[in-house]
Amino acid sequence: MALINVKTKEVQIKIVYYGPGRGGKTTNLEYINKKYREQIKTEMVSLKTQDDRTLFFDFLPFDVGQIKGFDVTIQLYTVPGQVKYNATRRLVLRGVDGIVFVADVQQEQRNKNIESLNQLYENLETYNLDLFSIPVVMQYNKIDLKSSGVPIVPSKVLQKDLNSLLRAPAFEASALRGGNVTPTLKKIISMTLASIQDQLF
Amino acid sequence: MLNQSQLDAIDQLIIDNLIQSGLDHVIFMDMAGNTIAKHDNGQNKLDSTAFAALAAGNFAAVDAMAKLVGESEFSLLFHKGEKSSIHFSKVNEENLLISMFNKDISLGLVRLKVAQTIEQIDKILTGDKS
Ligand SMILES: Nc1nc2c(ncn2[C@@H]2O[C@H](COP(=O)(O)OP(=O)(O)OP(=O)(O)O)[C@@H](O)[C@H]2O)c(=O)[nH]1
Ligand SMILES: [Mg+2]
Repeated sequence: MALINVKTKEVQIKIVYYGPGRGGKTTNLEYINKKYREQIKTEMVSLKTQDDRTLFFDFLPFDVGQIKGFDVTIQLYTVPGQVKYNATRRLVLRGVDGIVFVADVQQEQRNKNIESLNQLYENLETYNLDLFSIPVVMQYNKIDLKSSGVPIVPSKVLQKDLNSLLRAPAFEASALRGGNVTPTLKKIISMTLASIQDQLF
Repeated sequence: MLNQSQLDAIDQLIIDNLIQSGLDHVIFMDMAGNTIAKHDNGQNKLDSTAFAALAAGNFAAVDAMAKLVGESEFSLLFHKGEKSSIHFSKVNEENLLISMFNKDISLGLVRLKVAQTIEQIDKILTGDKS
């Protein structure tokens, strides 16, 4: 639920990057942090293990300027993708306004993507949120691996696996190289802002 | 969503009860990590955006641990440092009050002032004018 402060004229929106472990959620935020440094007023916060796996979340607040006289800040979060961290994953979803689902296109990750999406649905249910009625963008990440001969799942198949019911906007991306990271971000921001428009007067 | 007069009243309470009593920083926020009101004594700098995100995470983690051991909640959440300490209080299901203070002020006084403030904030939020 977006926080709208009528006194300070601020809106804070929470967008969570969700998906299986090692899918590239943190890499998305690292790229955004580098590319939009001037719009970001603080350091990125990363709670991670010694081997750079997300332990709790990454956090990056991002100013998008004024809308209807309100200063809008987007708070970007990632969840920890490893299976064992579901309890913490669920905590990060609290108050979420929009979701980027980062799927890993590698063939060997195909089932992990599906399991992760199913668990997202269940985790949202604990907050009485419905995956089908909140803004979601799909990202098929690590598409660059195709050219290095790694077996990948074609996007058509991923669309069937993950997006046949949801019908969310989807992007092929390479978070490592920055490919389609910005379009993914812009899409989820515009969808999320549209969903809260009527709360701003 | 809180209205202007509620926000004004909360600001005033935090300043009068807490900042005037010698606390360094006070953040009133929601459980998702969004800051609703923040005040400080004008002397110490704090990255309050990141702080609020971490505080919400910390509170949520401890709250989840409480449930696992069969407690409905741990009522006192307190981190003590050499120079400054942090006190967490749950205002209601949606809101937290975080207070930071230095060694010149006792935990007892902080707890008392925070408890009074929370009670008054709760009245503002529920629209109880008594
Ligand atoms: N080839 C390639 N590698 C990528 C891409 N995106 C991320 N990676 C690599 O995949 C690994 C995991 O990336 P992270 O961003 O840490 O993954 P994560 O989803 O945050 O993982 P958890 O924190 O465990 O949930 C790292 O070694 C990245 O460099 C990509 O687009 N292409
Ligand atoms: Mg990560």
